[in-house]
Amino acid sequence: METFLGIDYPTLWYLVVGLLFSGYAILEGFDYGAGAWHLFFKKDLSRRIAINAIGPLWDANQVWLIIGGGALFAGFPVMYATMLSAMYIPFMLFLLLLVLRSSAIKFRSAEEMKWWRTTWDIIYFVSNTLIAFLLGVVLGNVLQGFEIGENYTYQGGIFLAFLNPYAVMAGFTTLSLFMTQGAIFLLLKTEGRLHTRLTFLLKKGMIFFITSFAITSLYTLTFLPGVTDRFKEQPLFFAIPVLAFLAVANVPRLVSKKRYFQALIFSSLTMAFLLMLVAFQLYPVLLPSTIDPSYSVTIYNAASSQKSLGIMLTMVVVGAPLLAAYLIFLYRTFNGKVQLDDTSY
Amino acid sequence: MDTEILARIQFAFTIAFHYIYPPLSIGIGLIMAIMEGLYLKTGNKQYEVLTRFWLKIFAITFGIGVATGIIMEFEFGTNWAVYSRYVGDIFGSALAAEGLFAFGLESTFLGILLFGWNRVSPKVHFFSTIMVFLGSMFSAVWIVVANSWQQTPAGYHIVGEGFDARAEVTDFWAMVFNPSSVDRIIHVWQGAFLAGTFLVLSVHAYYLLKGRYVEISKKAFKISLVVATIFSLTQLLSGHSSADGVAVNQPAKLAAMEGHYEKSAPADLYLFGWVDDETQEVTGIKLPGGLSFLVHQDFEEPIIGLNAFPENERPGQVNAVFQFYHIMISIGMFLIGLTLYACFLWWRGTLFDKKWLLQIFAYSVLLPQIANQVGWFAAEMGRQPWIVYGHLRTDEGFSQEVSSNQILFSLILFLVVYTVLFLLFIYSVNKKIKHGPYDEAQNPDEFLKYV
Repeated sequence: METFLGIDYPTLWYLVVGLLFSGYAILEGFDYGAGAWHLFFKKDLSRRIAINAIGPLWDANQVWLIIGGGALFAGFPVMYATMLSAMYIPFMLFLLLLVLRSSAIKFRSAEEMKWWRTTWDIIYFVSNTLIAFLLGVVLGNVLQGFEIGENYTYQGGIFLAFLNPYAVMAGFTTLSLFMTQGAIFLLLKTEGRLHTRLTFLLKKGMIFFITSFAITSLYTLTFLPGVTDRFKEQPLFFAIPVLAFLAVANVPRLVSKKRYFQALIFSSLTMAFLLMLVAFQLYPVLLPSTIDPSYSVTIYNAASSQKSLGIMLTMVVVGAPLLAAYLIFLYRTFNGKVQLDDTSY
Repeated sequence: MDTEILARIQFAFTIAFHYIYPPLSIGIGLIMAIMEGLYLKTGNKQYEVLTRFWLKIFAITFGIGVATGIIMEFEFGTNWAVYSRYVGDIFGSALAAEGLFAFGLESTFLGILLFGWNRVSPKVHFFSTIMVFLGSMFSAVWIVVANSWQQTPAGYHIVGEGFDARAEVTDFWAMVFNPSSVDRIIHVWQGAFLAGTFLVLSVHAYYLLKGRYVEISKKAFKISLVVATIFSLTQLLSGHSSADGVAVNQPAKLAAMEGHYEKSAPADLYLFGWVDDETQEVTGIKLPGGLSFLVHQDFEEPIIGLNAFPENERPGQVNAVFQFYHIMISIGMFLIGLTLYACFLWWRGTLFDKKWLLQIFAYSVLLPQIANQVGWFAAEMGRQPWIVYGHLRTDEGFSQEVSSNQILFSLILFLVVYTVLFLLFIYSVNKKIKHGPYDEAQNPDEFLKYV
């Protein structure tokens, strides 16, 4: 097997996919999170400001999902196919909610009528909340494993099997994490009374996160004993949850000092560490089979050919700096507090 | 209904709906880039007004295009799992390249294009317009490359057997430049330019008929007419070249397009007609030996017909392929006639005097849209029964583990959401057209000067 710096290609691609989905979680995390607070803002102007805070950015943030999906399809086609067809209902709902969410952003402020705006506000709030929740649900299912049989074919329940207790807990944890991230982002982009209200909301968000995270962790340690095996082998990995905890503990301190940008960095780090935790836990498995471990989808049996992975790693080396440059340019252009003008939503 | 049929219906519906929007975005993007370029060059504020107006309509089409496009990227996995495992090595990398090199570009600069008027200089804004336009063109490239590989696979070998069989890339550039991709990319680009320019033509023809915004509408109409004329004509060339490729690489598809059954005989070219699959006969107006002439420049040269293929290795819906293909051609020919005639009147100096012509232009916005849709239907149905031509059958490619009830559930949701979305699209574009290019928010003195 070909390697680069002593790391084999499937592992490298695993890192690339992991980075892409971390980027997606961090950036769309504050987009979806901001939306999940939407109905907590009472005034029409506050809601408009909240939407325009992500206005010029969310399309670019969504790119991470598109590239992540493409990277998964291209690098681990078996994983892509098995996960999406097994999680058919949650993914279809997720995709339709994405459509509703972008429609709400585009159409909400296009009319003055109260019923029109209220309807879209509700759609926007519900879609953002459920998107965040469903992402966590899928992650929870992946961690627990699927009933994968021969030929990587899913044999589990089809309609509501995805809504099991552990997945629901993971869903709430993700939602609360995104809401924390979203509140910090909005603090960074707003001023005045909305800003004051967000300081209050952020505290609630953090309590929500700490509670659901604690429950999920306890459940994981009690009912999913396999999860801790990796830590027994490599005690050094304990550093990751500790770092995640330290990062999130730092957020209230920074917010009280009004260092919102740093607070956003630290809550993003929390997300990154938690995803690293998941990644280390699973590696080299992508989808554990609950029927027989030999049916599990791993980065080796799911991977595309060495040649294809090599081509795509080259693409990433060329494309990533370009993408970073576009993003830096965009974020610099829209730095600072939201100001509504005639081009706003 | 069985899973395969439902999966096909859902895919066809979601992609056909999606395909209303990206061609509009690409076409409007081109016109917008020209207008903004003219504004920067001449300093004429009218071009700025036009750019800002079309940008608003562009924003809606682009937004819906992105939202419905994400669904396509994941639908391969949800509904075509076997296919996805089979082609991920190749098809997946084309999609990944699209995300990395095209979608990233267009989506990032879109923020600046839409919201950056007051934050960046006019030149940087123009640059962003160009980047978004180029990004959308590159998107088309990678998506068409992926689809063309399904039609004419190249640069790969098949590894493994049975369920483990899959295509792996051997030569990346041979995969990208597979026999049909260049012809089809150009054909798709031009179809997109026509979709966008005919919307611009239609709206400004409407304004001219109403006597509103006459001065700027004439400017916009002329710009778009030049673009529309060029691409109506060149579309004929790329279409011909594409059909030549089909004759070589997918003879069963070409035969279905003209309803040509006989194993090996000179083939006719139909202006229009009706195919009876039972009797294997076509009724209609034809040019005898016309297809043979187009492909071989000889009316007598035989062409491979449908009967040269086993029943289960050739398209089943011959009449549908035939009709879709002929509707596309008829529309193409009509657009050539329409734009050339309009150019002739322009040269005579009477372009805007003929009300009936402006009326035709006002309605003709639908024609490139229909042509784009039916063209793709002909291409995709003509490829059947293959999902990867010659290698993997469509009835082998779908997700075995997904039940028909699940697909029915998602299909109904798509139907509901997309119907609402389509009505919203029509409503808001119509509202922007009725409102006109001038914004109350603009300086009232300048505003009065124009009206």
